Amino acid sequence: MKINSPLEAYKYLPGTNCTVCGEQTCMAFAAHLIDRSRKLSECTPMLEEKFSKKLEQLQGLLAPEIREVEIGVGERTVKIGGDDVLYRHKLTFFNQTAFAYDVWDTMDDKELVERVKKIQDFKKFYVGNFLTVDMVAVRSTSNDPKKFASAVKKVIETTDMPLVLCSFNPEVLKAGLEVAKDKNPLLYAANKDNWQQVAALALEYDVPVTLFAPNDLDLLKSLAKTFAEMGTEKLVLDPGTFPSGKQFRQTFNNFIKVRRAGIDGDREIAYPLMAVPLMAWMVHDDPVSASYWETVIASVFTIKYGDIMILHSTEPYAMLPELHIRDTIYTDPRKPVTVDPGMYKIGSPTKDSPVFVTTNFALTYYTVESDISSNKIDCFLWAIDTDGIGVEAAVAGGQLTAAKIKKGIEESGFDMKTDTSHNTIILPGLAARLQGDVEDETGSKILIGPADSGRIPGWLEKNWPPKK
Amino acid sequence: MTNKMKLTQLTEMLQELNIESLEGVTIEGDIELNISGGGGLNPALAYALGHEISQISLHMANIGRMLGFPAEQLFASAFGMAGMQEPQAPSLGTTPGIQELLASKFEVAKMNNWNNPIQEVTLGATSADGGSRKNTVTIGGENALPYYFDAAMPHRNYVTMDVFDMPIGMAKAVKSNYDDVINDPAEWAKKVVREFNADMVTIHLISTDPLIKDTSAKDAAKVVEDVLQAVKVPIVIGGSGNPEKDPEVLEKAAEVAAGERVLLASASLNLDYERIARAAVEHGHVVLSWTQLEINAQKELNRKLMKQCKVPRDSIVMDPTTAALGYGLDYAYTNMERIRLAGLMGDDELTFPMSSGTTNAWGARESWMVSSPLSQDSDWGPREYRGPIWEIITGLALSLAGNDMFMMMHPTSVQVLKEITQTLYGSIEAEELDISNWIGAEV
Ligand code: B12
Ligand code: SF4
Repeated sequence: MKINSPLEAYKYLPGTNCTVCGEQTCMAFAAHLIDRSRKLSECTPMLEEKFSKKLEQLQGLLAPEIREVEIGVGERTVKIGGDDVLYRHKLTFFNQTAFAYDVWDTMDDKELVERVKKIQDFKKFYVGNFLTVDMVAVRSTSNDPKKFASAVKKVIETTDMPLVLCSFNPEVLKAGLEVAKDKNPLLYAANKDNWQQVAALALEYDVPVTLFAPNDLDLLKSLAKTFAEMGTEKLVLDPGTFPSGKQFRQTFNNFIKVRRAGIDGDREIAYPLMAVPLMAWMVHDDPVSASYWETVIASVFTIKYGDIMILHSTEPYAMLPELHIRDTIYTDPRKPVTVDPGMYKIGSPTKDSPVFVTTNFALTYYTVESDISSNKIDCFLWAIDTDGIGVEAAVAGGQLTAAKIKKGIEESGFDMKTDTSHNTIILPGLAARLQGDVEDETGSKILIGPADSGRIPGWLEKNWPPKK
Repeated sequence: MTNKMKLTQLTEMLQELNIESLEGVTIEGDIELNISGGGGLNPALAYALGHEISQISLHMANIGRMLGFPAEQLFASAFGMAGMQEPQAPSLGTTPGIQELLASKFEVAKMNNWNNPIQEVTLGATSADGGSRKNTVTIGGENALPYYFDAAMPHRNYVTMDVFDMPIGMAKAVKSNYDDVINDPAEWAKKVVREFNADMVTIHLISTDPLIKDTSAKDAAKVVEDVLQAVKVPIVIGGSGNPEKDPEVLEKAAEVAAGERVLLASASLNLDYERIARAAVEHGHVVLSWTQLEINAQKELNRKLMKQCKVPRDSIVMDPTTAALGYGLDYAYTNMERIRLAGLMGDDELTFPMSSGTTNAWGARESWMVSSPLSQDSDWGPREYRGPIWEIITGLALSLAGNDMFMMMHPTSVQVLKEITQTLYGSIEAEELDISNWIGAEV
């Protein structure tokens, strides 16, 4: 983005405070343009003819430094790039790194379909949502156009995840494109030898394309400049992922350099970056070492500027940390992650069901909620308003107190004496020190649950119903 | 047509042919090579797979040549001497107009506002400096974010491994490594140095907690002496975390370790940090300044240590708190990154090297639970592999945020974290790899 204060954006807006965008004033809307929580298209008055020039100017000023590239079609379309900063605390990183797992065209059909399904179905619950992976990369190991086309076809029949088509042979790529032309796949890759033919394909089929220049940033930039000149800016840059030794250090610095140059305003190189952690398998034969090293490489380039990557290991011990480190880096640091405080019914609770207390920090709430509901426990769960702080920190910081718990329960209109048969409240193990106070405040019986909500089912077996 | 051949088969075949010069080449695993129908092999791929394999491809080519195959031609492509392109089908169009790549030179500026070096801090003292350590460890001194090209990083990252003064609850995957030494801190310390390549040892005096065993400061100090006897690397001394007891425990420990330049863990705002700081100054130690994920609290404590307690700048290390992957690492990562950037840009209250309690990663349920408590989750796989990688990725993320020193527990985690941080640092040699044709590799 070329501007960084609301005032600079305001100058271009109509200035009528008409509230069509949902904001009270144009200035408020301008502030949201700068923090990128609103889109310019939401100010419909700007679409009027008389504003067309200003609209265009403002669009230019607001465009992210790193171009955005879309891959795939429909609901699972993946967007990459679009960043404006080098450090997440300066704003936030946009469009989380897209993870593409590979299949290859010398696999037999059954194996291929199984692998694609495994990739597509992998999921891990976290803070109210499932973490999942995004894409399939089809590699041509046969170098045979027919084989490649048939593998791509199988993948498309199995999933609607976006694709990366991988070969250095333009003929092979063309065969894949013929099958996948409606799917807006990412081509991988143009290099110094095949760039003319690959460019022709990218333009003819109007698809995004990766430029590959291993450890040669001059060449990478030349390729990008040439492709832009030829008419496409739907580019992804792969500076090469060397998996070990000093070459790896070099790769790391290539990513830093390219991204820094892009954010600093060098438009010719301001495109999303691709890393290929799969290269770990070139230097490690044993699958555990290779998976570990691949996860390590993936994490480095999730943190440092990789926008899309091709991966191989589908071991859960590789995929789980990969998904979590991506979530870590791409969580918007400006957003408090909370749920609405109040009483939640889990399952179909009755008067005899347990009553649990927790906080309204989303990570805490969803962890507890999912532990309970997935074990089919009917109960009442109170999310106490702790300003979005987890149990232990809230007890330490004074946001979770006996008075707060009493207030929370009263405000939800629930009466422990008449709405339950047991008048018993279960506190998190980490809030044990509030026991006496809560007892005094509420007049209810207090039980102390386990420290980790994952252990609630076992704990209930021993402690519920409460002894009279 | 291409046939596939496993490397193991290849070596067998070569052995049968009595190729002597292949002796000493060990090939692990079952990488497949493409053997083209003509009888030659695809050395381009082989070369890409590394030196040992390329040696084999050389031999294959020699055999090929003996048997009358056009080996030279095959080889030319492997070394980029001839075009690797398959002949282009005429149906593929090229874009008219641009026949040659437009020239362009990549340039990027170095950061111009990283002008303030991070303080260097040395831990441990050899006999020359009044201690009995065989080596010292120096951290800090950076002029840029870690591993960045802007300025060389003067010191690599170091790992100090945890030792406890009593058996404690640990994840199964961790505990199994220490079953034999769990009752003997000195043996435990020896084990982590000798077998697990620890750069340093942290002795945690947790039994001093009044709610645990209430071991006296005097008895705890004996354990410190034992550990100092047992190993020759620099050590860290940790209390129990009990704010009432820790000052007394660390004071006594500092006294018996006088001259050894240990790291005292920790001074924090919620205890009598002045007592700990004074003990450090008096006996020539370093203080760990520990705050909880809050940059302003970190500034405040550092300021108090320097101004109020007169701790020299070269005797402060910070621990801004480590939250595990999936459990607040986003806070911990950004907190450290902000601290390091502020230091580099001139905030003298934050220019200290950092330490991370990476072991915290074992608190994440993903690292220790047998399986997911949620039925909707995909299978979590074996926890033996999940635990160590949780500790590795937690540490690795923080190393990129500027952390210098890691307190860790699992031997595999230590090994991999050292490998990756030293690779980024630039001290790991490896065979150069040609990846220009990676797509076709059979992995
Ligand atoms: C992230 C974090 C923060 C973040 C909090 C972000 C947030 N939105 O909560 C920030 C930076 C703001 C923070 C600040 C502070 N923190 Co803090 N923080 C942490 C950290 C690293 C992780 C906490 C976390 O998110 N855990 C994950 C969530 C899901 O856990 P949870 O809420 O406890 O829920 C689990 C259980 O409680 C249980 N559970 C939950 N509900 C229920 C309900 C029932 C019925 C049952 C049975 C179980 C159950 O199951 C859940 C899943 O396991 C911990 C250290 C650590 N590694 O644990 C320190 C920690 C909690 N913080 C601590 C402290 C002291 C503080 C501060 C007071 C520091 C300071 N001096 O400023 C402040 C207080 C801020 C405030 N309250 O206003 C201490 C608490 C020490 C203590 N026991 O008293 C800790 C333990 C660090 C330490 N070792 O000293 N902190
Ligand atoms: S819609 Fe446009 S003109 Fe109307 S208030 Fe919003 S920003 Fe201003």
